[in-house]
Amino acid sequence: MLAELSDLRGVSGDEGIVRRLLVEKLDQFQSKTAVDTMGNLLVRKGSKSINPRIMLSAHMDEVGLMVMSIHDSGLLKFKPVGGIDRRVLVAKRVRIGAEGLPGVIGSKPVHLQKEGEQKKPFDEEKLFIDAGFKNRSEAEKNVQIGDYVTFDSSCVELGDGFYRGKAFDDRAGCQILLELLLENNGLVFDAAFTVQEEVGARGAAVAAYTLQPQVALAVETTAAADTPETEKESISTALGAGPAISFMDRTIMVSRDMREGLVEAAETAGVPYQFRRFTGAGTEAGIIALTRDGIKTGVVAVPCRYIHSPHSILQEKDIRATVNLIRAWLERRQ
Amino acid sequence: MEKTIMRLTEAFGPSGEEEAVRTAIKDLVKGSADRIFEDSLGSLFFLREGPSPRIMVSAHMDEIGIIVTHIDGNGFLRIAPIGGVAPRMLPGQRLRFRDGITGTVYHEKIKDIKELDWSKLYLDIGQDSAEAAGEIVTIGDVACFDQPFRALPGGRCMAKAMDDRVGCAVLVETINRLPAELPQAVCFVFTVQEELGLRGAKTAAYRYEPDYGLAVDVTLVGDTPRAATMAVSLGKGPAVKVKDNSLLCHPVVREYMAETAEKYKIPYQLEVLERGGTDAGAIHTSRQGVPSGAISIPCRYVHTPSELVDSSDVENAVDLLQKLLTLSWPAVKE
Repeated sequence: MLAELSDLRGVSGDEGIVRRLLVEKLDQFQSKTAVDTMGNLLVRKGSKSINPRIMLSAHMDEVGLMVMSIHDSGLLKFKPVGGIDRRVLVAKRVRIGAEGLPGVIGSKPVHLQKEGEQKKPFDEEKLFIDAGFKNRSEAEKNVQIGDYVTFDSSCVELGDGFYRGKAFDDRAGCQILLELLLENNGLVFDAAFTVQEEVGARGAAVAAYTLQPQVALAVETTAAADTPETEKESISTALGAGPAISFMDRTIMVSRDMREGLVEAAETAGVPYQFRRFTGAGTEAGIIALTRDGIKTGVVAVPCRYIHSPHSILQEKDIRATVNLIRAWLERRQ
Repeated sequence: MEKTIMRLTEAFGPSGEEEAVRTAIKDLVKGSADRIFEDSLGSLFFLREGPSPRIMVSAHMDEIGIIVTHIDGNGFLRIAPIGGVAPRMLPGQRLRFRDGITGTVYHEKIKDIKELDWSKLYLDIGQDSAEAAGEIVTIGDVACFDQPFRALPGGRCMAKAMDDRVGCAVLVETINRLPAELPQAVCFVFTVQEELGLRGAKTAAYRYEPDYGLAVDVTLVGDTPRAATMAVSLGKGPAVKVKDNSLLCHPVVREYMAETAEKYKIPYQLEVLERGGTDAGAIHTSRQGVPSGAISIPCRYVHTPSELVDSSDVENAVDLLQKLLTLSWPAVKE
């Protein structure tokens, strides 16, 4: 399921394919499913009215690129959509437009680079997408300015229970919500599969306004830095240590009771957890918390290495633990 | 007044953990309110019902601080900022947690003060192992400067968190001095999380739906040796804000404030702040838009452990605010 979801191509603003698959999987919720004008998929589980009302959110979009112009040579100039480390772009395979035409991100060959050029990563001004078009007119027949570009990377299992793929941020969250919706757990909550998180949590703002929950939980993936060069005190989260509970990021200060509620749920249910030991970067939790007259919001995230690149790595058991934690947390609240 | 400022500035309250300030304010307010309530983020409302228009007066309860991100094997804590804290302000500084646990900050070996950043700083709470430290402090716990209030000869005083407890003190004193009958509805809001981006004021303004907004906060001054040019000085009266980075004050509100000050011979100055923002910034873009302004208390050394104000400016701010609220505001155009 994770492989199926993360292989889908859905850069911010172009989440249709992801949404369609989710709608298909959620067929049994047909009468309780809505798609708003921005493209958020809103699903209500359970018919009981509960107080406070709870919203779980996960974003459907992934980071990617957009074609900005077509060069006479048939090469394509592009801009990133969402936060991508420029240094990961060179020589990566990509898929272009609705048809998913194959291409590669090209740059000046190492042989021709001047000494100074080798010391600095190329920014997108010096990079281009090569899709094998011989000139502008041939490119124009196949590609339009504004076409979305995704990394060309399929999800595979590595070792025992590790997965490598492109869009775990936040298709892992989508999968977790999907599982909690589909399993027969008797829980009552609203699920928001949101759009455009990577360009500023735009979908979540509208979804939270519409659903008006009193409590919300953003289900995310978060950067793991459990790699050798990272000083021990700078490790944000580690793979295999369970879901990361946030106390603060750039967008939100999670209230103490919210954080403690999650910790208690994990401890009671015997689910491993860790804190996200880092206060930077943002999630859609921030914008949800400030919707209307305020929503109590928390963040739970699956630790994931190399996010916002073509190849991120996570551990299946962290997804399992996250599902278990959220289920336990919901059960304690209903 | 001095006692009020002392009680409020010495209270513990980094953004997101404003509980102690809320308690102190509830304790200090002796004036009547028709309704007292809190919103889900923790902002505290004192509502005086009355005819239209509705005036929202806000001051923020939170102060800057730090948050614990890691505890190492020898019991040292790593920290990250809450709000605008400069690393150079911290070495040798004592910090205090909610429950009174204190510690001092120092840094790893550095060759040049320019190398001093958050990754070099640590907090020593006198414990010698991760277990011992973990007994008394948890990752995600927050701390503020540990500095007492001090009155200086001649009427000036200094404390941590003058930003914006001195504004809270102005509101508390005003509530306590207001007459039983007011010509319009007034809601005093003690907001949360201003230092993280005017967050509490945003949800509070949505909740109250004011016709006019007025923030009371501190502002920078230009009256210290070779200071950056700024036409605000200590002791020359409260400042009527013209603009800062978060808003252009509405001319109707600004002129009403200046005219009232002149009419009652209350000293005042005009403030153009080139950086920084205040609650009014979030209030004025709430819902359909709210004409807003701000009264600022001139303050030296903002965001340091010793913020310094002149008591006469505070007294004059209370006078001005009290006059503003007992007079009829211009009617709201339909």
